[in-house]
Amino acid sequence: MAKILKKRILAPGIKEFLVHSPLIAQKALPGQFIVLRISEEGERIPLTIAETFPEEGAVRIIFQEVGKSTKHLGLLAEGEEILDFVGPLGKPSEIEFFGNVIGIGGGVGSVVIYPVLKALKRKGNYLIGIIGARNKELLIMEDEIKPLCDEFYVTTDDGSYGQKGFVSDALSLLLKEGRKIERVIAIGPVPMMRSVANLTKSYQIPTIVSLNPIMLDATGMCGVCRVEVGGETKFACVDGPEFDGHKVNFDLLAARLATYQKEEKVSLERFEREMRR
Amino acid sequence: MKIREKKVPMREQPPEERVKNFNEVPFGYTEEEAVLEASRCLSCKKPPCVSGCPVEIDIPGFIARIKERKFREAARILKEKNCLPAICGRVCPQEEQCEKFCVLGKKFEPCAIGRLERFVADWEAREGIEIPKVEKPTGKRVAVVGSGPAGLTVAGDLAKMGHEVVLFEALHKPGGVLVYGIPEFRLPKAIVQREVDFVKALGVKVILNFVVGKIKTVDELLSDFDAVFIGTGAGLPWFMNIPGENASGIYSANEYLTRVNLMKAYLFPEYDTPVIRGRRVAVIGGGNVAMDSARTALRLGAEKSMIIYRRGREEMPAREEEIVRAEEEGVEFHFLTLPVRYITDERGWVKEMECIKMTLGEPDASGRRRPIPCPGSEFRIPVDTVVCAIGQSPNPLIPQTTPGLEIGKHGNIIADEQTGKTTKRGVFAGGDIVTGAATVILAMGAGRVAARSIDEYLKTGIW
Repeated sequence: MAKILKKRILAPGIKEFLVHSPLIAQKALPGQFIVLRISEEGERIPLTIAETFPEEGAVRIIFQEVGKSTKHLGLLAEGEEILDFVGPLGKPSEIEFFGNVIGIGGGVGSVVIYPVLKALKRKGNYLIGIIGARNKELLIMEDEIKPLCDEFYVTTDDGSYGQKGFVSDALSLLLKEGRKIERVIAIGPVPMMRSVANLTKSYQIPTIVSLNPIMLDATGMCGVCRVEVGGETKFACVDGPEFDGHKVNFDLLAARLATYQKEEKVSLERFEREMRR
Repeated sequence: MKIREKKVPMREQPPEERVKNFNEVPFGYTEEEAVLEASRCLSCKKPPCVSGCPVEIDIPGFIARIKERKFREAARILKEKNCLPAICGRVCPQEEQCEKFCVLGKKFEPCAIGRLERFVADWEAREGIEIPKVEKPTGKRVAVVGSGPAGLTVAGDLAKMGHEVVLFEALHKPGGVLVYGIPEFRLPKAIVQREVDFVKALGVKVILNFVVGKIKTVDELLSDFDAVFIGTGAGLPWFMNIPGENASGIYSANEYLTRVNLMKAYLFPEYDTPVIRGRRVAVIGGGNVAMDSARTALRLGAEKSMIIYRRGREEMPAREEEIVRAEEEGVEFHFLTLPVRYITDERGWVKEMECIKMTLGEPDASGRRRPIPCPGSEFRIPVDTVVCAIGQSPNPLIPQTTPGLEIGKHGNIIADEQTGKTTKRGVFAGGDIVTGAATVILAMGAGRVAARSIDEYLKTGIW
């Protein structure tokens, strides 16, 4: 059981919890994630660790309400407990001095990129941050990522804030300027990571992406999270979640993410019916 | 008195009924049936059955008590050597162990030792489980990693010896393969829970959601505990590495069974975790896990559930009983058949499986005849779900994060068979993490051996 110490709404449908989990708070490194289960009937869902507070024994998680489990999670209040909370899982990000690094967060991907950028900053990297969202209302993490960055750009799909367009458009402009970039880290929806990887490939800039396939046990036991990297099958939960973006088979990732679309809809509709009652 | 030639039959759900539910297939003996079966035991002076039991249960001893209707005493005898009789009575391959050596079996059917073990365990559960006396606290602390059959045995034994035991489990339920792998219809989860409760009643503390190798390393555990036992099993599923294998609709048996057993996907949407209810399901492999998967598919409503196996029926490693049950339930067997690639539809879902016919050549290292592909014999089977049940290797999480632990070439931890000692002081290991995928009872046997040598190490401090 892990108690919710604090709850905050960051944007419509995007919520933040501080969860009491002292051991994870001590151990987790940037790039790692947790798996939680809300109730006896619940499924196991992976969520990235946004930040840890070892002194307070707290772990910060941020999630977007998209399906039944995240909507259910969003209904939990401060003081309530999460039945199962396990981690830290996955391999931590590679944190070193690379030089000029572009960190890109799309949507809730900005949460995932935040601890990575924080750690990279400490190593003395020159950081260029790009975060994006569909519109101004949905943009999160700006206040935290901006101060870390030496240069910072925001994009919104509808132009309601920052540059109009996608994060990849902002990236494209920077690359066209001929800037010397040692590394790009891009985390967000599959189409976004795919277009970033395609862009940087032609400039031969090493690019790391963090993959979010379906997971079950998340300890390497089931293989549902298998992804193809450079033609080889990898388990994202133990071999990842970060991989070389130029080698990832994004089509396969997208197809596998859609495996339970029908069931996810059934589950969500059932939940919403229950909530109305 | 004339000896009954055959085992007293155990009543079970008829095949046409049981494929529609997940309830246990056999019902177990009544008291009368058990006494009758027990009376078949010859009470040999030098019982060969005992030598066939990896945990050396006093088999004639407990059967004699059944004959006398002293069921409580029978349970006591069983539990002297076996913490988990209700489980072993159900999933042990008795035909290769105790019953294989039964003297009666030379002429007739052997005595139904497994069924009697199950009867006694279930009887005790019904009448109230007796908690054996625990030795005075020794002040020594042991961490047991993994709550499968090996871990539960070690934990139970050490607790009885008076040691303080903490059992760490990565998943949200204790039991390891007993809860995620073996289906409800073969081993009801309530029984596993009962056995876990028994171990807890002995004083073992169970900590769930604790992934050793991630949240704490073995070295960190060693600073808190006097000894560590690793029983993390064979959790890494194998795939065949053939084209199309990552298509949607293709599962590892671990995933398929974990969804259904641990996460109760057969109760979706009441439970959140879904599983594909395939109409045409192909299960690759010929072991118990393959049989479990094929029979699970039927219960999920498959019109056709097929076993695809590269050798013949004789070579299948599954227990005969499991094969027969699968046959009775209508699982279709395709022998001498090897998948070579999968064909997907435009959305990336598997729709066909291309196979090649095999023929059997000379015996290989396993003693079974080696399957050889017949060139030009490729053909296709339409499928919408595939379960790959070709085996699994030891879970790499601990081997990768524990310096000083010698690892074999299959990723297994090297441990002495007689003691469970690894190459790292204070660290013991047993079960599938050492042997590769094997049986519940062998893991328990390894647990028992390790418990004895851990006890000795704790008392003497000699490595």
